[in-house]
Amino acid sequence: MNRAAKSPLLAACAGTLAAISIAASAPALAQAKEQFFPMLVYRTGPYAPNGVPFADGYADYLKLVNARDGGINGVKIAFEECETGYDTARGVECYERLKGKGPTGATVFQPLSTGITFALTDKAPQDKVPLITAGYGRADSVDGEVFTWNFPLGGTYWDAADILVQHVAKIEGGFDKLKGKKIALVYHDSPYGKEPIPLLQKRAKMHGFDLLLLPVTHPGVEQSATWLQIRQQRPDFVFLWGWGVMNSTAIKQAVATGYPLEKMYGVWWSGAEPDVLPAGKDAKGYNALVFLAPAGRGKVHEDVMKYVYAKGNGTAANKEEVGEVLYNRGMVSAMMAVEAVRHAQQKYGKKPLTGEQVRWGLENFSISEAQIKKLGFEGFMEPIKTSCSNHEGAHAARIQAWDGSKWHVTSGVYQSDMKVIEPIIKQSAADYAKEKKITPRKCG
Amino acid sequence: MLYRENGQFKTSYRKDEALLPIAQDRYFILALLAFAFLAVPFLASDYLFLSILNPFLIMALAAVGLNLLVGYCGQISIGHAAFMSVGAYAAYNLMLRVPSLSFLVALVLAGLIAAVVGMLFGIPSLRIKGLYLAVATLAAQFFMDWLFARVKWFTNYAPSGSVSTATLDIFGWRLDSPASKYLFLLAVVTVFTLLARNLVRGHIGRAWMAIRDMDVAAEVIGIRPVYAKLTAFAVSSFYVGVAGALWGFVYLGAWEPLAFNITLSLSLLFMIIIGGMGSITGSFFGAFFIIALPIVLDQVPAALGAPLSTATASHVASMVFGALIVFFLIVEPHGLARLWAIGKEKLRLWPFPH
Repeated sequence: MNRAAKSPLLAACAGTLAAISIAASAPALAQAKEQFFPMLVYRTGPYAPNGVPFADGYADYLKLVNARDGGINGVKIAFEECETGYDTARGVECYERLKGKGPTGATVFQPLSTGITFALTDKAPQDKVPLITAGYGRADSVDGEVFTWNFPLGGTYWDAADILVQHVAKIEGGFDKLKGKKIALVYHDSPYGKEPIPLLQKRAKMHGFDLLLLPVTHPGVEQSATWLQIRQQRPDFVFLWGWGVMNSTAIKQAVATGYPLEKMYGVWWSGAEPDVLPAGKDAKGYNALVFLAPAGRGKVHEDVMKYVYAKGNGTAANKEEVGEVLYNRGMVSAMMAVEAVRHAQQKYGKKPLTGEQVRWGLENFSISEAQIKKLGFEGFMEPIKTSCSNHEGAHAARIQAWDGSKWHVTSGVYQSDMKVIEPIIKQSAADYAKEKKITPRKCG
Repeated sequence: MLYRENGQFKTSYRKDEALLPIAQDRYFILALLAFAFLAVPFLASDYLFLSILNPFLIMALAAVGLNLLVGYCGQISIGHAAFMSVGAYAAYNLMLRVPSLSFLVALVLAGLIAAVVGMLFGIPSLRIKGLYLAVATLAAQFFMDWLFARVKWFTNYAPSGSVSTATLDIFGWRLDSPASKYLFLLAVVTVFTLLARNLVRGHIGRAWMAIRDMDVAAEVIGIRPVYAKLTAFAVSSFYVGVAGALWGFVYLGAWEPLAFNITLSLSLLFMIIIGGMGSITGSFFGAFFIIALPIVLDQVPAALGAPLSTATASHVASMVFGALIVFFLIVEPHGLARLWAIGKEKLRLWPFPH
């Protein structure tokens, strides 16, 4: 090694050491009277088109609560983002990094990734931090007796799959008409995409339709084989369970294959603007589920514009993003976390709360039509009420269609059939408890 | 001045053959081990254990395993994450189906199963070499990805294809705190590193190196390529399989086949290239570089108070990381282990260089 190369090398080594010591000492900083909201986000990588609007909506709502109300009953909200890239190992690292921050530790985690949810489900009980997985995560975590710390508020993939089957049955004119029909599930080959399969299989057996399972490998840009199969098999309906670039690729492939988009139904994670815009006008007629938040603006968006964007504090790079499907869903997710804290404050006092106290707030969570209206979310979500044994609180969704430039809600509210779902939840949760050697608690 | 072997006479073959013939090295390693075993558990925070030290230890073990094959025997493999997944799923199924089994036994059995699978996929190495072999090992990667995603039996018919594990219990010692996990991993890694060190200077290791340097010449002097190459695949896969089981059980706790995808295989390869091929120490440097550095870089802007957005910070961290890889490979193509060796050479002469 020559001498010239030596000094930059030493500098690099010294720099690394300095960085390590900084990183190690950072959590020790003193904190004020604040409630700390950790944010696991993905603003880079193949899932960024969907991760960015969600994260922006989440952050903007927290900013709004600080700017408009001065925090939650006077307790300011502090938050910090950590980039996961939708990668489980990085998500776990982010969780470890953020769980102890703030004067009382992390309030609640919302990883927006089913893979990360699976990993955190094991860690949350030890660290006493609740997880909200609104519309994703483990479907069996509805069972609060086994999954004490998980809250799949508002819906799970089993609800989504059930509602889609109900919807196509309605189109066909009844469940008995589904006999002999063929439904293809094009899914992301990960825990996320595989979640709906048990329910669809059960429904297939009940009504006698054929279920065609077509997995797509991460990240989902290569789907020609999948769509070749669809061309050969000609399913009557296609359910799309994709995320990130996989959605837009699937819609483009469907257009290229000549599959009628009117017969294609996406789950609620396959029904946002970034999914359909790449296919542009051709995507017209494509349908997707909508739960919690459709696109559009309401009273709360006016507030966001007034209190956050007008002051130049907005998170989104482009104001147009405010009111997009995923932006709104991020806002609703943040709102539910904030309301859970507010709820828990009634019991524990108006001060920064620990994750364990917030968990109580989530387990006794209730948001009525009137409150939704008061918060400015009218039309953006259904009422939710949780209990010790039911951590989901609601299982309703609607169907929306893309008209080439906008999403329109096209159906009434569907309720998933708990008679069908409940037994699978109980079975799956019991299996989990056995595997992890958990003794389920008894709910009153 | 301090690091000098003057006056250390080796008066017996035994002393000459010692693992660390120089006294200072011995003391340094002993001090390091003592520090790691006795001091670190009290000094480090939970975050440091769970996010940096534990994954580092497991990946170091995997890198040692891959180094035995690539660095010592010269057979390139870009499918080693597949053998990690074999170890992880083997351990999972053993623990699931034989509940009375101790995790230590399951760990060794998982390693052995990975070794058998590794040997199977090593068979092409008898006929093809170099990059062609590398491509052949890709088959292992894709096959295992497919197997664990599609054959439901391996994941105990979990609907999501994700498996999760219970808290480990080793003869009554529950591995539930970050520090206990760290101590367990450290013990396993120490034992296996010691084994690897001894293996590579024994007759098997010499046979591997002979094959690596020139297989025809090795054959002429009486080394059987079949034996040498397949043992290298077996031992390497054993190590990697054990690392995979630890990665699943101790680090992740719940995983899906995606956790062992080709990115991990490539990361393992980068670890040994940056750390140093054919060096056990290098495997540790490389694992630290690849595992810990991105995490640290990611936190530098926030720690310094730089007002960067999350996306920008993440991009900057990736760029700096990439630049560092290029920098180190230009400064020393033989890896960080070579830099370490050069440093020791210089220290010998210090403060009076020629």
